[in-house]
Amino acid sequence: MENSRPKRVDIIFLMEGIDPIKVVETTIKKSPDDIILEMIDSGLKGRGGAGFPTGLKWKFTRNEESYDKYVICNADEGEPGTFKDREILDRVPEKVFAGIAICGYTIGAREGLIYLRGEYNFLLPTLNEKLILFNEGLKKIGLDFSIQMRSGSGAYICGEESALFESMEGKRGEPRNKPPFPTVAGYLGKPTVINNVETLVYAFMIARIGSEKFKEMGTKDSRGSKVFSISGDTPKAGISELELGMTVQQFVDEFGDGDTKAVQVGGASGGCVPRKMFQETIIGYEGIPTGGSMMLFNSSRSMYNVLHDYLEFFTEESCGQCTPCRVGCQQLLKGIEAIKRGDKSPGYLEDLKKLAKTMKVAAKCGLGQSVANPFVSIVSNFKEEIIY
Amino acid sequence: MSKYLVNLSVNDIPVSVPEGTTILAAAKKLDFKIPTLCYHEDLCVAGNCRVCVVEQVGARALVAACATPVSEGMQIHTNSATVRTARKTIIELLLSEHNADCTKCYKNGNCELQSLAHEYRVGEHVFIDLVNGKHRVIDDLSPSIIKDDSKCIRCQRCVRTCDELQGVSALTVAYKGDLQKISTFLGHPLAEVVCTNCGQCVNRCPVGALVEKTYVEEVWNAINNPNKHVVVQTAPAVRVAIGEELGYNPGERLTGKMVTALKRLGFDSVLDTDFTADLTILEEGTELLTRLKRALVDKDTRVALPMTTSCSPGWIKFIEHTFPEFLPNVSTCKSPQQMFGALAKTYYAQKKGLKAQDICVVSIMPCTAKKYEANRPEMRSSGYKDVDFVLTTRELGMMIKQAGINFHNLEDSQYDSFMGESTGAGVIFGVTGGVMEAALRTVYEVVTGREVPFKNLDILPVRGMEGVREAKVKIEGCLPEWKFLDGIEVSCAVAHGLANARKLMQAVKDGSAHYHFIEIMACPGGCLGGGGQPIPTNEEIRAKRATAIYREDEGLPLRKSHENPEVKMIYEEYLGAPNSNKSHALLHTHYLARRRY
Amino acid sequence: MADVQQIINDVTKVYGKERKALMPILQAVVKIKNYLDDQDLISISKALDLSAAEVFGTASFYTFLDIVPRGKNVIRVCKTISCHMAGKDEIIHAIENTLNVKTGETSVDKKFTLLSTNCLGWCHKGPVMLINDKVFPELTAAKAIEILQNYQEEE
Ligand code: SF4
Ligand code: SF4
Ligand code: SF4
Ligand code: SF4
Ligand code: FES
Ligand code: FES
Repeated sequence: MENSRPKRVDIIFLMEGIDPIKVVETTIKKSPDDIILEMIDSGLKGRGGAGFPTGLKWKFTRNEESYDKYVICNADEGEPGTFKDREILDRVPEKVFAGIAICGYTIGAREGLIYLRGEYNFLLPTLNEKLILFNEGLKKIGLDFSIQMRSGSGAYICGEESALFESMEGKRGEPRNKPPFPTVAGYLGKPTVINNVETLVYAFMIARIGSEKFKEMGTKDSRGSKVFSISGDTPKAGISELELGMTVQQFVDEFGDGDTKAVQVGGASGGCVPRKMFQETIIGYEGIPTGGSMMLFNSSRSMYNVLHDYLEFFTEESCGQCTPCRVGCQQLLKGIEAIKRGDKSPGYLEDLKKLAKTMKVAAKCGLGQSVANPFVSIVSNFKEEIIY
Repeated sequence: MSKYLVNLSVNDIPVSVPEGTTILAAAKKLDFKIPTLCYHEDLCVAGNCRVCVVEQVGARALVAACATPVSEGMQIHTNSATVRTARKTIIELLLSEHNADCTKCYKNGNCELQSLAHEYRVGEHVFIDLVNGKHRVIDDLSPSIIKDDSKCIRCQRCVRTCDELQGVSALTVAYKGDLQKISTFLGHPLAEVVCTNCGQCVNRCPVGALVEKTYVEEVWNAINNPNKHVVVQTAPAVRVAIGEELGYNPGERLTGKMVTALKRLGFDSVLDTDFTADLTILEEGTELLTRLKRALVDKDTRVALPMTTSCSPGWIKFIEHTFPEFLPNVSTCKSPQQMFGALAKTYYAQKKGLKAQDICVVSIMPCTAKKYEANRPEMRSSGYKDVDFVLTTRELGMMIKQAGINFHNLEDSQYDSFMGESTGAGVIFGVTGGVMEAALRTVYEVVTGREVPFKNLDILPVRGMEGVREAKVKIEGCLPEWKFLDGIEVSCAVAHGLANARKLMQAVKDGSAHYHFIEIMACPGGCLGGGGQPIPTNEEIRAKRATAIYREDEGLPLRKSHENPEVKMIYEEYLGAPNSNKSHALLHTHYLARRRY
Repeated sequence: MADVQQIINDVTKVYGKERKALMPILQAVVKIKNYLDDQDLISISKALDLSAAEVFGTASFYTFLDIVPRGKNVIRVCKTISCHMAGKDEIIHAIENTLNVKTGETSVDKKFTLLSTNCLGWCHKGPVMLINDKVFPELTAAKAIEILQNYQEEE
């Protein structure tokens, strides 16, 4: 699709003619194993950024023997530049609920929980009201399953699944060691499926339209479409649902302001793609995976400031438990400041890059591991801006 | 679940280990040491320091050896280039937020971070110093423990210790990101929160962030002061652990050498806390029998039973905070250390023709809580501070080294007399279950006129390292004055480590358990695992110290407290009888309900 | 003054007295009085049979669970990159001047506390701020001042 425009899709927000409870009712006439096969066949991967195949996650959890199992909807959307889950929960919450219920039926859970970030507390009253109705609907169709809300309180790291469990258990949101994985021991130590808001809506839609339709979109490694959160230097800031598999160039042609010099794909923890790599970089699991955040920077922006902002963010939002991340973030931040001031020589940048690489392999969780993404990509591509 | 064997390779050498084994343990089996900091055998796995990372072939990132279970076909490299770089970088990072003034540091020479830095020859500082500018907070208000945040590497061992082993949770991790730190409730000084001063966190802190408050200089000053008669007492658990400070393996019994060393250090009289341990048995045993009599014969419903022991000051502070409603159940007996202090400045002074104010009482204890105990305002029965200075086993080791004494070549010698004589029953105070065993040996015999019906006097049911243990002893054939006890099964329980104590007391509180007598020691393993004992500690080391203590008991000619001739003498000459008015004035105390936060 | 004990009782009725009730309790108290004082932390620790240190440790982890006194209205201006580019500095200056406080401080009349915070999830409509739970996107300095005035006049 060389130089064609990104394909707009309307799956997520489509509501016309859809009665979520009805879809749940039809779906649970199928056996859980059939639903799992459908999900696996669709190629749906987690839309939070990590990209684990959703069907497999459900399958593993279903295979666990346990009286208590949980479905958790991760609505702790904290990645800078991401706001799609808020839009989804605002506009089509019932589709999310229905996705949770279908998952609950499939894995044999009786309880679903939505962990909503504290920043979105204003959504709580409406969501709670709608949940009462929805739970009643589930009762009517005879599904022994109900969904409740839980809130975060301002901690980016709680978007990490095991930190989220810790938080829901009333503790500090410190990521756990893995294994065990959530499918074996998640919330309260029970088998748990934790899926992102968007993933659950796609799961719901696959249950409704079938995997074949879904597979028609995207590429072999990146099936389907994805909701993008677009911000920065763009005349078209906001939400767009696009087919996966486009290049950054295609994206920029559509959304840029004509002067785009870099795109940060995947939020603060993602990578920065400079203009010279727009053409060769595919947005998707085969290229640069993303939770959907796209930040555009034009040539008036200082990439030093951008990086500085990111590092400040991670320094504050690291849970602080592990050495590479807690100390590493501070060193990277102080390090580029020192280079800028001239207290450290430009050569120190190399030491910092090595440090970032160690963080990538030695930090305990995805947060610390991903700091290297923006750091290395920005420092390598915009070295002069960092130094001078 | 049955344990399968899992096959893997470490540095290309194949090894099979049971399912669930960590990479760390598998590597150890092949004699590959992987460095660790946050890992501690006594605690649950944290996996946060990351110095133990190793390479797993095929994995995206390195994995933490301490936190990752083996899996079939795994190929691990513990010393690849990536691993070495990562490890060294992590050590450098830790040092960059660390106030590394090793030569002035209390832990110099016994510090896990220092040895790692040494092993990896971390030289010039690559990274920016993060300590400078950050406020350096030192909490030294507690008489027992100093907490220095600028030395903390956030391994959370102390937090896990205080929570998992001690059930106190005086320490917590607070804040996040760069502000994350180890803190008490709202950062209050340790002396003002629920901390029991047990020192278990000190035993497990890998660096100099939590250390005992030392009184070594004060003790040297006293020794060097010609006007002071300096008396030293040694607790039972010190003699089986002091060796670890001086190059011996755990579990060496070094009583004789230790006594000689103390004499060479210049103490005027080297005496034994075991003596007052024996005395405690008579006081506490009598108290127990009195309580039982009041309950069973006089049907007095106000009698607080079960009675619990009181010799562990960590336990005392714990119950004051946590179960104040049970304070009447605690024996009013002071701990042996404090009995000793009170008698040293009265009875001993009188017999030696000394003035109390000229006597300085020093104790060598396996314990940091004893430092706090000696400072309690209640502990001035002689009219002076009964015990002037408390040193830990570690501090004694330090003094011996400072004095340049070649400990290994010392002759054995005997404790001075009087208040230096002890029985095996006094010695086993140092191990969990020991007070119970010693009490039973005496009480049973007092009541029935016969020895306890256990082979060799070894009351095995109360021994062991199980967190909570129970035993029942049936009393039969009582002497006439104890007829009311005939046929009664005395129900006893033993707990060590405050988390276990909490469980036990909770069971008593909610009525699910009924006992007559409970022994509680604040520290895992009893005093031999005390917060003042040599570092490191783990179950194996504690078991070795326990064996040594039981050996010591077996080897003594007298093994029952009531047979201690000096104890008999003190009752004849001075105290009259157990629980007499004089005993009460000097040897008993009361407790104080404290806030529960 | 809100009765914290009452809040604790209400929340434990719904969530039980286990540790998992801790976040809902902390959140409920903060919702009513905007921060947790020492006594609140102690009452909560008693209700759930936790150590006070643990309750403090947990609360202090979360940016929104303030453990220092806050004004009646807590303003949180997003300081992360998209809002930074969109001009959050200007907004903060305007608010600082209007309320006569610096970021991190509470106004003398205790009506407002001004804080900066990380991404609020409105990056396409920055600069943005929260006042308590309410969102105000697409700010300009003038708009921000007007919003504050409305809050001022509220009582
Ligand atoms: S990488 Fe960062 S956020 Fe993750 S566990 Fe370590 S310190 Fe916490
Ligand atoms: S804690 Fe260890 S590394 Fe730190 S100053 Fe003390 S001895 Fe040195
Ligand atoms: S001394 Fe004991 S009670 Fe106090 S903080 Fe350390 S482990 Fe906890
Ligand atoms: S005080 Fe010691 S044990 Fe506790 S976290 Fe710091 S270094 Fe670790
Ligand atoms: S020892 Fe394994 S992470 Fe600390
Ligand atoms: S950057 Fe301000 S809301 Fe996302």
